[in-house]
This record gives sequence, structure tokens and C-alpha cells, in this order.
Amino acid sequence: MATQSVLAFVGPSVNWWALLPQMILLGAALLIMLVSALAPKQTSTPFVTVTTMCAAITSYIVATGLWNDVQRDGPSSSIASAFGIDGFSIFFTMLILVALAATALLSHGYLDKEGIDAPEFHALLLCSAAGAIVMASANDLVVMFIGLEALSIGLYVMIAMHDRRQEARESAIKYFVLGAFSSAFLLYGIALTYGATGSTNLIHIRDYLGAVVFRDQHLLMAAMALLLVGLSFKVAAAPFHFWAPDVYQGAPSPVTGWMASVAKAAGFAALLRIFFAAFASHRIDWTPIVSVLAAVTLVVGAVMAILQNDVKRMLAFSSVSHAGYVLIAVQAATDQGTAAALFYLFTYTFMVLGTFAVVGAMGRDDDHPLANYAGLGRSRPVLAIGFTILLLAQAGIPTTSGFVAKFQVIAAAVNNKNYVLAGLAMITAVVGAFMYLRIVMAMYVDNEEQKSSVPSWHWSTKVVVIAMVGFTLLAGLVPQFLIEFAEDAVPILIRG
Amino acid sequence: MSELLRSYLTVGIFGVAAIAMAGAMLTIARILRPQRPTPQKLIAYESGVDPVGGDWAQSQIRYYVFAVLFVLFDVEAVFIFPWATRLEVYGTFGLVEMAIFIFILVLGLFYAWRKGVLRWV
Repeated sequence: MATQSVLAFVGPSVNWWALLPQMILLGAALLIMLVSALAPKQTSTPFVTVTTMCAAITSYIVATGLWNDVQRDGPSSSIASAFGIDGFSIFFTMLILVALAATALLSHGYLDKEGIDAPEFHALLLCSAAGAIVMASANDLVVMFIGLEALSIGLYVMIAMHDRRQEARESAIKYFVLGAFSSAFLLYGIALTYGATGSTNLIHIRDYLGAVVFRDQHLLMAAMALLLVGLSFKVAAAPFHFWAPDVYQGAPSPVTGWMASVAKAAGFAALLRIFFAAFASHRIDWTPIVSVLAAVTLVVGAVMAILQNDVKRMLAFSSVSHAGYVLIAVQAATDQGTAAALFYLFTYTFMVLGTFAVVGAMGRDDDHPLANYAGLGRSRPVLAIGFTILLLAQAGIPTTSGFVAKFQVIAAAVNNKNYVLAGLAMITAVVGAFMYLRIVMAMYVDNEEQKSSVPSWHWSTKVVVIAMVGFTLLAGLVPQFLIEFAEDAVPILIRG
Repeated sequence: MSELLRSYLTVGIFGVAAIAMAGAMLTIARILRPQRPTPQKLIAYESGVDPVGGDWAQSQIRYYVFAVLFVLFDVEAVFIFPWATRLEVYGTFGLVEMAIFIFILVLGLFYAWRKGVLRWV
């Protein structure tokens, strides 16, 4: 071989400080695997839970530091502008870490009860959380895709870990096949975006689309459509929601909570970053499609929820309708709308995690017919009140965070003069409330002979439910701090 | 029609020609050949042996584990080869990066080994 001149390799500058939150999570995952491989006996569940909690808390402290940095010095990006460090990415990092801590605590009692291997579950949970953070922070479509896959692959396995239940495996296969399918859509969308704009970097795409007028923008339209379909699968927006009821029902309840909160939040983070931030100059092209999606999702979520008899299926359709509300905020394509979407996702995370905490603790995690909840108001009054508050918050009753969230979303639509969608949102909120009230009625109105035998709850479940109910009421009564937090977290694409 | 789509026209014409050709050959064969159906002709072809049993066969799952591990280290090799050819250029940074990459993969193998996945039952 000819002599080659050895040039020093100069890589892109890396802001390691900004990468620390997800590196802590990955480090904890590796530590758990190493300890569980080296330990002579079965690794104890408390050790694993404590490791995950420590990782989540340390990560959260780092994220708080990053938030203060961004508020002081303004947003930036790192690694050749592929990784955004703005209020948006840190907002979602915090949301994901809160969900991680709650899921880790919930699984503490749950994994032993259901005989699931704790170290593997937590290692996957941590990897999936790191993937979600990467997905929410990525300023580059390929990096975003890697984050999405890391998030999803962890989820596929976590759903299937419920050995005892055939349904868990079935739902894992369903989610895997449809997830792979939607990934293909997304990837094709990324390829066409690259074809239309010459880059996968969102900053470059935004600048290019702002500066260039296409003579023929069919390629870009196809790219937008494919990206939208791929992400709609992930956030379970109708008509791409068909996997949701089966998968939510089959998955172990803490995983359902994780999927409903974090997979949806990360999906919306990607949606907002791509469409609101990068495709901003073409909002005339994509807002009508998103508003139709929102309308269909609202109606399907509200109407189909009424027809269900299994509580987990009801909550699956309720999560579909929540996706509809967030889509209303997305289609507004304004800073106000995006802040409303962020507020909605943050409060929704707390509501849905608390709800699935209760569902997961209702005896053995098999089917959840409504009859199982009969008499809960008599046998366990305090927790029944907690569950009621969480369900009413999802319905959007005043004094809970759900009301403020729905109010802001509808206000964003009204300010955008989209009165039809705002009206539809209010009607479906009423229809949806019927479903939540059905569960509440089942808990309180019971006949004497029906005795619900609910085993005593693990302390960690109680902590999660109390914390989630507390936050839901707090954000409902004094929402201002969270509204300001969301307003500071609107995505900003900026070169590093 | 844009230039991009026009270049796909060739692919379209090629596809239509392929379907027409295959269709024509099968149709001609159908018209020309003698037709004497017998029950034996409907048996699934098994290289001359009569097929026995159902069509639902189970294969050993243990091969699958090794296939997954093979793919894992195959991909690792794909990453190591280009890195190795440019080792001096990447310097310490590249060495540390590759060490982390290999450490994570070896940890996975170690975990699988300790959990008894590699045991040939």
C-alpha cells in the first residue's frame, strides 16, 4: 500500500455534560447486568430498584442543572448539530425521568408478585428510557430513529416478559410487527426528506425549506405523509391505533403505564420537533392533515371506549383520545399550541402512571373486567378516592390538571380560529367522561353480595399513587408554574 | 412529469414487459400441452419422496440463540474492520470509543453465558 499521510482525526465537538442524563441511565443498565451476571444467587429486587431510582434521581439533578444553563445561556446543540440542548429536550428528559422513577417503584412490588426477572426488566427499562431521551433531543432524523428503536426494542421485550400469560406474548408480537412496520414508514419518510432537502439534519431542513421555493413539492409532501404515519403509529392516533387496545391489555400493567406515558411523549416530541420546528415554513401543507387526524382520533377514542368492558381496554382507548387532544395542540402550529401540548403531555404522564399503578395492583394481572372494581369504594376507600381523582382528571374535571390541560389545548385551537375542532374536542370530552364515570360508578355503586377481594398493596405502589394524585391536584389548583415551564420549553432549532 | 418520475418510466416498462413475457409463455404452454390429470400429480413435490406427516414442524430453538449471537458479532466485526484500517488516524479517541463498544457487547455475551443461554441442552 502506498504511504498515507496520517492526518489527525478531528471529531465533532461533544458536550458531554448534556449527554450525561442518558449516559447515567445506560451506565446503570450495564451495572445491573454486570451485577446480576456476577452474583452467585438471584439478584435481589430491592438492589435493582434502588439502582434504577438512584440513576433516575442523579439524572434528574443533572437535567435541572442543564435547564438552568439553557435558561441563562440560551439553547445550543452538540455533536455536529445532531443533538439539541434546548428547553424542549430537557423538558422531555425530566418527564421521562419522572416516568422512569414511577415505573421502577411500581415494578418493585409487581415483578415479585408476577414472577418476572427484575434485573432484566430494569436493564431494559433504563435502556428504553435512554432511547426516549435521545429521541426527544435529536436534531437529526437518523439520531431520532436510533432513539426510537432503542425505546421500542426495550418495550417489545418488556411486554413479552409476562411468561405466565399467553396474551402478553401475543401483544408483544403484535406490537413488534406493527412497530417494525411503522419504523419502515418513518425510515422511508426520512429517506424522502433527505431526497427533497439534501439533509437529515432538522436545522438544515428548516433553513433549506425557508429559503427555497419548490417548483414541484410532491417529494416533500410524500415525505411528510410518511413521517406523519410512522409517528402516528407510535402515539396511537386513529386510524393507526389498532394495536393499542390489544397491546395495552396484554402487557404487564407497569409496562402499559410506561408505554402510554413515555412512548407517547417521545413520539409527540419527535412530531413537534419535525413538524412544528423543522417544517414550520410548510405549515399550510401539514396542519390540515394533522387536524383531520386529531378529529378522527378524538371521535374514535371517545366512542370506542364506551363499548369496552375491560378496564385496560377502556384506558387504551382513553389514551387514544388523549393523543387526539395533543394533536389539536400540534395542528395549531403556534408557540401557544406547542406549550399546550407540552403541558398536556406532562400532566397526562402523571395521570396515566397513577391510573395504571392502581390497575396493576388489583390482584393478579390478568383480565380486568369492570366487575373486579365493584365495591372498591367500600373495601379500600382511600385508594378508591385516589383512583377516582385520577379518572376524573383524565375526563377533564375542574380542579384537576386534566381540566387545565384540555382548556389550554382548546384555547390554542380557538386562537387559531379552528372552531370546529375546538367544538368537537368539547363534545368528545363529554362523551369520554361517560367512560371514566362508568369505572367510578362500578367502584361505589355495588350490591352487597359482590365482594371484591383486593390484596394489600405494596408500599411502593401506594407511594406512586399518592404522588401522582398529589401532583394532579397541585397542577390543577395552581397550574401557573407548570404553564410557565411548558412555555419555556418550546423547541428551538439552533446550530451548535 | 418530472425528470425523476420519467426515469422510473423505464422501470415501469421493464416491469410490464416482464409480466407480459411470463404471462405469454405460461398461456402458450397451457394451450399446447396435453392435459391428463392424475391424483399423483397433485402431491406436493418432495424431491421424489412421498411427503409424510403434517406441514407444521417444530425446529430446535437452540440454533436460534446461536444465530442471534452470530449476527451480533458479525455486526461487531463490520464496525471493527474500517476502524482498524484507520487506527492511527483516530488515535486514543478511537481506541477508547472502540473499547467501550466492545466492552458493552462482551458484557452482553458474558451475561448470556452466566444465565446459561449458551448451554447446549
